[in-house]
Amino acid sequence: MFFLDQAWLVPLIPAISFVVILLFGKRMPRQGSEVGVVAVGASFLLSCGAVVRWILRVHDAEGGSALGAFGRSIGRIGADHAEVPVLPVLHHVTWFQNGGVRLTAGIQIDGLAVVMMFVVTLISLLVHVYSLEYMRGDRRFTYFYAALSLFTASMLLLVVADNTLQLLVGWELVGVCSFMLIGHWWEEKPNSDAALKAFLTTRTGDIGLLTGVIMTFFIVQRATGVGSFNIVALNQAVSDPSSKVGHTLILWCAAALMLAIVGKSGQFPLHTWLPDAMAGPTPVSALIHAATMVVAGVYLGARVYPVFFHGFSIGDGGVNPMAAIGGITVIVGALLAFVQDDIKKVLAYSTISQLGYMVMALGVGAWTAAVFHLFTHAFFKADLFLGAGSVSHSGSHHSFDMKTDMGGLKKYMPQTYKTFVIGTLALAGIFPLAGFWSKDEILVNAGHNNYKLFLVIGLVGAFMTAAYMTRCVYLTFHGEYRGGHEPHAIPHVDEAEHDPIDTPASVEHDAEVHPPHESNRLLTGPLWVLSFFAVFAGFLNFPHFSRFEKWFQPRYPAGFAEILHPVAFNPILATVSVLIAGAGIGIASAYYLGKLPQGLSERNAIARAGKRFLVNKYYLDYVYENVIVAGIKGPISTGVYWFNQNVIDNVLNYTGRGAQALGRATYEYVDQKGVDGLVNGIATLTGESGGEVRKIQTGRLQFYALVLVAAVVIFAGVLWIST
Amino acid sequence: MIAENVVFGIIAAAMALGAIGVVRTKNVVHAALYLVVVLAGGAAQFILLGQEFVAWVQVLVYIGAVIVLFLFGIMLTRAPMHPKDSLDNDLRWPAAVTSLFLVGILVGLLVHTFHADKVDVQRPVRTADVTSSIFTTYIVPFEVVGVLLLGALIGAVVLARKD
Amino acid sequence: MLLNEFLILAAFLFCTGVYGVLARKHAVLVLMSIELMLAGVNINLVAFGAFHNSDIGQVFALFVLTIAAAEVGIGLAIVLLIYRNLHSADLDDVDSLKG
Repeated sequence: MFFLDQAWLVPLIPAISFVVILLFGKRMPRQGSEVGVVAVGASFLLSCGAVVRWILRVHDAEGGSALGAFGRSIGRIGADHAEVPVLPVLHHVTWFQNGGVRLTAGIQIDGLAVVMMFVVTLISLLVHVYSLEYMRGDRRFTYFYAALSLFTASMLLLVVADNTLQLLVGWELVGVCSFMLIGHWWEEKPNSDAALKAFLTTRTGDIGLLTGVIMTFFIVQRATGVGSFNIVALNQAVSDPSSKVGHTLILWCAAALMLAIVGKSGQFPLHTWLPDAMAGPTPVSALIHAATMVVAGVYLGARVYPVFFHGFSIGDGGVNPMAAIGGITVIVGALLAFVQDDIKKVLAYSTISQLGYMVMALGVGAWTAAVFHLFTHAFFKADLFLGAGSVSHSGSHHSFDMKTDMGGLKKYMPQTYKTFVIGTLALAGIFPLAGFWSKDEILVNAGHNNYKLFLVIGLVGAFMTAAYMTRCVYLTFHGEYRGGHEPHAIPHVDEAEHDPIDTPASVEHDAEVHPPHESNRLLTGPLWVLSFFAVFAGFLNFPHFSRFEKWFQPRYPAGFAEILHPVAFNPILATVSVLIAGAGIGIASAYYLGKLPQGLSERNAIARAGKRFLVNKYYLDYVYENVIVAGIKGPISTGVYWFNQNVIDNVLNYTGRGAQALGRATYEYVDQKGVDGLVNGIATLTGESGGEVRKIQTGRLQFYALVLVAAVVIFAGVLWIST
Repeated sequence: MIAENVVFGIIAAAMALGAIGVVRTKNVVHAALYLVVVLAGGAAQFILLGQEFVAWVQVLVYIGAVIVLFLFGIMLTRAPMHPKDSLDNDLRWPAAVTSLFLVGILVGLLVHTFHADKVDVQRPVRTADVTSSIFTTYIVPFEVVGVLLLGALIGAVVLARKD
Repeated sequence: MLLNEFLILAAFLFCTGVYGVLARKHAVLVLMSIELMLAGVNINLVAFGAFHNSDIGQVFALFVLTIAAAEVGIGLAIVLLIYRNLHSADLDDVDSLKG
């Protein structure tokens, strides 16, 4: 079982690659990128091996050959497979020992871990290859590859961790790497601001993780008498109905870990860092959004799921914080995606929304659906991000603005167009692409577990997803090409006139003026690989076939396996969700295709189409008015956007903007109503007392030294006298 | 024994006067020269204690190098060579009081603790012993100090460089 | 010889140094006062070394000497920098920490 027992090599190889690139990268012929690609490639192969070995292990545990198990499982209906326990592969070494507590570092390889290893290494490998072209000539090319390697290594460290402490280490390393990569072009102030914002916001959540991790130690101690950070022991301790662990402790632990998930996975209300993180290079965005940074939160939720399940009482069908936050995030993220002009920001809000789905799925008891959605989402979201990067790289002169620099790129960039559309359809959940199966599974489970509200939220989210992605595709690839100085000129005329926009990514071969063109194979290759997965990954969990569920759902400890209830495919719901998604695409494209001659009648036509009131309002308020009557923004979306930009940011930047807002409020309500005296009095008092205190602050070093020495003398004298 | 005490007394008086000179003189160059007196006196005290090596190092390093450095510093900052206005700031009196209290506490403590302990110098410490100590027991601090000196050298160059 | 003779001399030098550091205006004089304090420390070390009939006092005094030399080097470089920026080595002019 080489691939499972030696899985620690998977994070180790990129980690070594990081050191090698950092030390020797600049002297290498390709500036270190070859080391990164080879290392991640090796990790990818090891991960593939691990996946295969794990599947065989599952079959071995069920008895008989793999083929026999395959035959039997076809006729199976759902629920009997969890009976055979399949032990995870566990190995650990003592990390350090302190006061009788032995802390270990090790690997826990089970279905979840191998799936994540596969996804992370695959996406990372493609991103590495893609960056060869995308980042060519960048001012910190070597550094970029070093950071990418470390990023991958950290995420893999987190994935294979067998204890929560090691998970915390990987988690923090991922945060640091995302900081380095988001701020890759830190010379521009907004970029370094974005990096700081991402880091600080996720740090807010990390407080929760740290607290939660400490609590996991005591949960195990309460249950077994010996404290430990071990994840298996934790899941056992929490799931065991006869254990001595109180519900309150589990609840607090779940709440703390939930905060960590909210911060890391961009859940409402800490999601604001994610769109700003678009300041980083596009391959990094793909990596962050698809495979590493943000899914760490969902992974944590899946890893210690029994804690949430029992802590939040997920099984009983009531509204719980996890499902609620996930549901809110689905809607908030999708709403915001409508008003973005930056293609990457549309995708960023889309990621927020999709992460909301995953968290919501965990919150409604659909573990497998959440992990499956994570799995499929990684492929199509990486596909979309890399597609957006390709557009910006070759089609719009390094701009990401759909309104001013894109449009009509379909005929220039057919490959990018096709892959982008595949990604869009998968994201929208159109049958039979990957997103359909995973999203449908979430919805079926939500319905089955009596979470009707979240079922509705999921359906609404599906509609919005389809609509905003159609808008995005339309603005980018259809219509007239708007790049260059004259938006209305015929493309081939203005191609010759415009200047390339100078952005950090600009490289030599793009420095001269040229028309939009297809990207080369280093860019389109990864796109096609991802498109392949975006189309076919969903079949892994085809109804009644359910390989994903069978192979990767945890079967140990028993308490964990028990709480996972697989639910049969529901054809009616599936049809409804596809119809809804199709309606989203249909409405959005109908609007855009008929937009130019008479905008107003188009609006009426859609109203006549008899779609739901909410849908119409949505569509008109956000898409229509935002595009044509450009000053009248839709109230809800603008409101949410305002809320997002002002209120939430204010809460986050509490000390700064909060104080400012308080000052403004004081001015408007107290001062303006004539209580000048009081206000001025307070101000004067503060000012004068400040002035008095200020006198001590002479700024003279020697005065400070005098005070210091005098204090020492006095203390020494007092000590002497008193002894 | 009496002779030693007399020698000590004379040197100590010279050092005390020199020290007061360093902190009271109105001429910066004089201050440096007073400092020479104090340091030379210190070296003499070391010999009196039978610690010859450190005494000669004190003469070489301090009087030979550090004082020259100070004179350079005085020259480069165009320090006032001629007594005009005071070189003291307005914290003189509080500082004096604090220092007096400090010396009072220290002397009191010393008298209280070591009131009749005698230093009995039979023979001077051999330089060979000192060096073997440095290069065996204290080899790591010695190396660290070497690195520190290098760091200080580079640091001083970087700081003082005109760029 | 009494041990206290040396220790009291050292204490006197140290306190004189403290006074100098606190009360002198010129930066170079402050550095000299610091040297006074270090001289006091050295006498202490050497006196205790002799008191215990050991060479350890010397070894430590040598380390202190070395560090003091480095300190003067850096200190004077800083003073030069201050002088270059403020056109004065008067510490009363260095008050950018003033509140």
